[in-house]
Amino acid sequence: MYSEKVMDHFMNPRNVGEIENPDGVGEVGNVKCGDIMRMYLKIKDDTIEDVKFKTFGCGSAIASSSMATELIKGKTISQAMEITNKAVAEALDGLPPIKMHCSVLAEQAIKSALLDYSQKNNIQIEGLEDMDFDDDHHHDIIEE
Amino acid sequence: MGKYIYMDNSATTQVKEEVLEEMLPYFREYYGNPSSVYSLASKSKIAVEKARDQVAKAIGADNKEIFFTGGGTESDNWLIKGLAYSNKEKGNHIITCKIEHHAVLHTCEYLEKQGFQVTYLDVDEDGLIDLDELRKAINDKTILISIMFANNEIGTIQPIKEIGALAKENGIYFHTDAVQAIGHIDIDVKDLNIDALSMSAHKFYGPKGVGALYLRRGLRIDPLISGGGQEKRRRGGTENVPGIVGMGKAIELAVDNMEESNKRLILLRDSLIEKIEKKISHIKLNGHRTQRLPGNVNFCFEFIEGESLLLSLDMVGIAASSGSACTSGSLDPSHVLMGIGLTHEIAHGSLRLSLGDFNTEDEIDYVVDNLATIVDRLRQMSPLYEDIKGE
Repeated sequence: MYSEKVMDHFMNPRNVGEIENPDGVGEVGNVKCGDIMRMYLKIKDDTIEDVKFKTFGCGSAIASSSMATELIKGKTISQAMEITNKAVAEALDGLPPIKMHCSVLAEQAIKSALLDYSQKNNIQIEGLEDMDFDDDHHHDIIEE
Repeated sequence: MGKYIYMDNSATTQVKEEVLEEMLPYFREYYGNPSSVYSLASKSKIAVEKARDQVAKAIGADNKEIFFTGGGTESDNWLIKGLAYSNKEKGNHIITCKIEHHAVLHTCEYLEKQGFQVTYLDVDEDGLIDLDELRKAINDKTILISIMFANNEIGTIQPIKEIGALAKENGIYFHTDAVQAIGHIDIDVKDLNIDALSMSAHKFYGPKGVGALYLRRGLRIDPLISGGGQEKRRRGGTENVPGIVGMGKAIELAVDNMEESNKRLILLRDSLIEKIEKKISHIKLNGHRTQRLPGNVNFCFEFIEGESLLLSLDMVGIAASSGSACTSGSLDPSHVLMGIGLTHEIAHGSLRLSLGDFNTEDEIDYVVDNLATIVDRLRQMSPLYEDIKGE
């Protein structure tokens, strides 16, 4: 049911862990739905120097978190802002339709962590103004 | 794949060699339709009736009280809908409980849309119904009590004899979905006051796609499947002869071996429970500790989610199941785990290991060792575990 890439990122997830004194932390999802992603960022000169995650959730939630961290590591903030849930899912060679919400959660985790960074540093990040991390809707199946 | 350990025997079982041997001639040698008149057909007819005797004997029924169906789900649908429609002059109220199989629950929900009233009894933290609650739920419109014999997820066995007595006392029909119990619990339908009972062959080493409904003599219910005159005009459709033959053999074997098999299974089950409890912290055993199916083990592991647990177990060759939302294909974890009062958070991390005749003590150790490693790995990744570590 999962692609080999999903299984690889589930069994050998990249960038699992925490960052001490992170520059930004984001958490999305809720226990009621059975998935929570927490993402930590280390940012220097507008570049994501390091990223770590912790995820409670199914195989695709863990794989999506892992892939999302790979996609943004070493990137600038504006490059990271361009990562969509589709990009995460495509990088994993696709997710089953019922699991697409996991990639949505991964995109939101990145943005939530960046929002935290922007608030701590009192800066504006384009695209985050209207961010709504309403996790009650993330389970809606997104048809590709 | 090298080592493969199957611990999902409540989902389905492997057909036993002896069962398959009995079935094979009815595919190519004796393929006649039991309803036909020539001698080839009579072979099929005789085989079906032999199987009916075997099933009847296994539960202390008369062979005229056994009707073959397409499985447990059909048996549940037929009994509940058929009894409701044929008794609607008497009343329109049905009593069941919140942790029934969906074959019962969804059938009752369908009947509610048709104007019937259904009471869904609560269960306690072990999954047991309260007999006083049941007594109180009975009214003069109650026509049926349908309570499962043993739960498929958590293994809890209900006080069937007491429920049967209560139903009899009040002149109400009593049906039990015994799909998980047959072959593991000694059942005498007369002694237990059961009016109707559902079963399914593939849960006791028989083939899939065949089951039976026991209907106490004199209990008339509308047919669910209208058609030819098969099953005394009560269930249309050409008989699944090889399946029925397999079911007969399988139930005979299961009843003959029950004592020995249960002794083994209970030892394995309790050893598995004990070893898991010893090796892994922050867990909860679901279901009644002793009043449970011989092969059922069900735990919740805090801070992790069931599907990731199942995928990880599969990677080391272990087949099991979970009641997490991600495996149920819905937003909520299993209704059974919610029914025994678990929070969503805990219920997402459930694991059922259901043992069968082919499991061994060596497998128990392999499973416990791997499970401990996997639970630890997933917890190291979990933000929920990170939060409690400091406490």
